[in-house]
Amino acid sequence: MKDFITPDTGTQIGTLALQNPIMPASGTFSEDLADVFDLDVLGAHVLKTIMHGMRAGNPTPRVCDMPSGMMNAIGIPSKGIDDFRDRMLPYWAGYGAPLVVSISAHSMDEFVRLCEAVSLPGVAAIEANISCPNIEADGRAFAMRPDTTHTVIERLRGCTDLPLWAKLSPNTGEPAEVGRAAQDAGADALVVANTMLGMSIDVASRTPRLGNVMGGMSGPAIKPVALRMTYQCARACHIPVIGCGGISTLEDVLEFLIAGARAVQIGTATFQSPTIMARLVTQLRDWMAAQGVSSLGEIIGTLEIPQAADGVWA
Amino acid sequence: MTHSPTVMSVPVPQGLRARCSEATCRVVSNTPVNGEYRLLVLDAPPEVLDCQPGQFFQLLCPAPENEHPFLRRPMSIYGYDRRAGRLEFLYKVTGAGTRGLATLRTGDAFNVLGPLGHGFSMPDTWQNLMLVARGVGLATLAPLARLAHEKGRKLTAICSARRADLAMSVALFESFGAEVIVVHDEDASSTPEALRPLIEARIAQGTVDAFYTCGSARLLRLLQTLATTHGIPGEVAMEQQMACGLGMCQACVRSFRVGGEVIQRRVCREGPVFPISEAME
Ligand SMILES: Cc1cc2nc3c(=O)[nH]c(=O)nc-3n(C[C@H](O)[C@H](O)[C@H](O)COP(=O)(O)OP(=O)(O)OC[C@H]3O[C@@H](n4cnc5c(N)ncnc54)[C@H](O)[C@@H]3O)c2cc1C
Ligand SMILES: Cc1cc2nc3c(=O)[nH]c(=O)nc-3n(C[C@H](O)[C@H](O)[C@H](O)COP(=O)(O)O)c2cc1C
Ligand code: FES
Repeated sequence: MKDFITPDTGTQIGTLALQNPIMPASGTFSEDLADVFDLDVLGAHVLKTIMHGMRAGNPTPRVCDMPSGMMNAIGIPSKGIDDFRDRMLPYWAGYGAPLVVSISAHSMDEFVRLCEAVSLPGVAAIEANISCPNIEADGRAFAMRPDTTHTVIERLRGCTDLPLWAKLSPNTGEPAEVGRAAQDAGADALVVANTMLGMSIDVASRTPRLGNVMGGMSGPAIKPVALRMTYQCARACHIPVIGCGGISTLEDVLEFLIAGARAVQIGTATFQSPTIMARLVTQLRDWMAAQGVSSLGEIIGTLEIPQAADGVWA
Repeated sequence: MTHSPTVMSVPVPQGLRARCSEATCRVVSNTPVNGEYRLLVLDAPPEVLDCQPGQFFQLLCPAPENEHPFLRRPMSIYGYDRRAGRLEFLYKVTGAGTRGLATLRTGDAFNVLGPLGHGFSMPDTWQNLMLVARGVGLATLAPLARLAHEKGRKLTAICSARRADLAMSVALFESFGAEVIVVHDEDASSTPEALRPLIEARIAQGTVDAFYTCGSARLLRLLQTLATTHGIPGEVAMEQQMACGLGMCQACVRSFRVGGEVIQRRVCREGPVFPISEAME
């Protein structure tokens, strides 16, 4: 009989210790999920991206589904920094899990101002959503290129002492370079990645299915892309990588960990099953116990590549 | 094999219980009601049966052949009975999700999330209630009519449909003591022009303290006019495309006029029931 072990599901993201590697993805989580389960079972709490000032978000329809996933063009409806400081921060202070605040902006200066404003006691880390269009670069997202990624992360690094996570975009041809640019500019971790830009048309009416015409794909359909990018970034960088994209099952979580992620974010899966994050925490612990795995270190980055296959697709 | 209904087991904070749950129900029956609608009856666990009329569930629809409904579909509660462990939905087959619902067979396991949102209110000053609904909107008002009957309220139900034979649940509303008026498109009795004098006559008789409506923008507009003219309050159940159904994703917002300002509210969270006076199309 195997010895009974209590596995340690803890993981370390830079200076931040998480009780387990399961956390929500920005924009798919809010205090409303507390109606379903105890949010303190999660490794961290990641909030919807906030931007400066009051913003309405995109026209409806804001979501549509597709085989194995969905598309969204929610935009970033935001009640601004005052609501964050006065209402949200006190609410989340009631939990033990570390609070990660996601911020975004359409220009460098706006980004810096917001980053300073949210660097408050009670915030454990800042996640910079650099996948949104930069109006100073023809609307191209900061995260599309290494140089713009480097500039924006460097500016943010200069204005906060909190751990800074850079959330990358799959809409780039050079993920490893973008990841390294964020690392060199002082990011403490990479979140890999945001949604992939897509589009859908209703043939009968010849109109776009999303009010914003284009939107971000998420869910199982993008998992292979997110997993590939996680692997590329984990290989190219020494800072922790947090995998995100289509993760819905324990098997998915393990795949990302093996590819090199130290933690994972769960987004769209929560829409299909709002209990999924709580169940994944339990399933991971039970799996580790059953397999005799005592810590996540025994899983993270343990991908084995048979020699002959190496390099064929590189 | 039959499945016994269960809720997904997850930790909840000490001393609290989940406000809504993800549950696996068992299909008792899923039968056509008339040409357009189907009635789904589920054996459901008690955890999801603490319902209010006007609330809804998010249904994880099975995939019909060659289609992939990924997101859950919102559906009003048509009937709930905690003692019998019954939960019912009345639905119209319109697309991939509802086509998937139509494939459910007796004994199948079926995953639901709910109850969700805020239901109708029924203050004591609202003794004489007028329900005005079109099409599947009647499904939403059915549990309200039952509750009103239990509370001894007087009911008038105007059921609007494309054809007289498609009017839903007439007998059900009558069993709750309602005076049922069926109006339809074939004889143009369902137009706002035809309905207005009909409703105003009842207002003149003093038998309308409040309106409840669902299912038609045209009816909502008419009731908004009548509500303002005659100072009658009321509530409307609204629809919007949803992803999470819980308030997290902001997919389901609509505009509302509140105190001279236009604000955005989430249909799934602040709604789906709103004051008639604040609703906008
Ligand atoms: C709170 C609420 C209660 C509802 N109650 C009922 C009910 O009791 N009976 C009933 O038959 N229908 C009801 N509806 C409408 C029902 O949700 C849609 O008919 C259903 O989602 C259609 O899905 P589909 O895949 O068959 O159609 P499709 O047209 O293929 O759906 C495509 C997408 O649009 C969404 N969608 C389409 N129509 C609507 C709509 N009217 N409202 C919201 N989303 C929509 C779908 O959810 C899906 O995401 C309700 C809607 C809401 C918001
Ligand atoms: C409805 C919705 C809203 C989102 N909003 C944000 C957001 O505000 N900020 C952000 O960085 N990512 C946002 N995302 C992206 C998710 O955080 C995540 O990166 C992406 O959906 C991939 O993960 P998933 O497949 O698990 O959903 C959103 C995704 C969805 C589906
Ligand atoms: S459907 Fe997600 S907020 Fe309403």
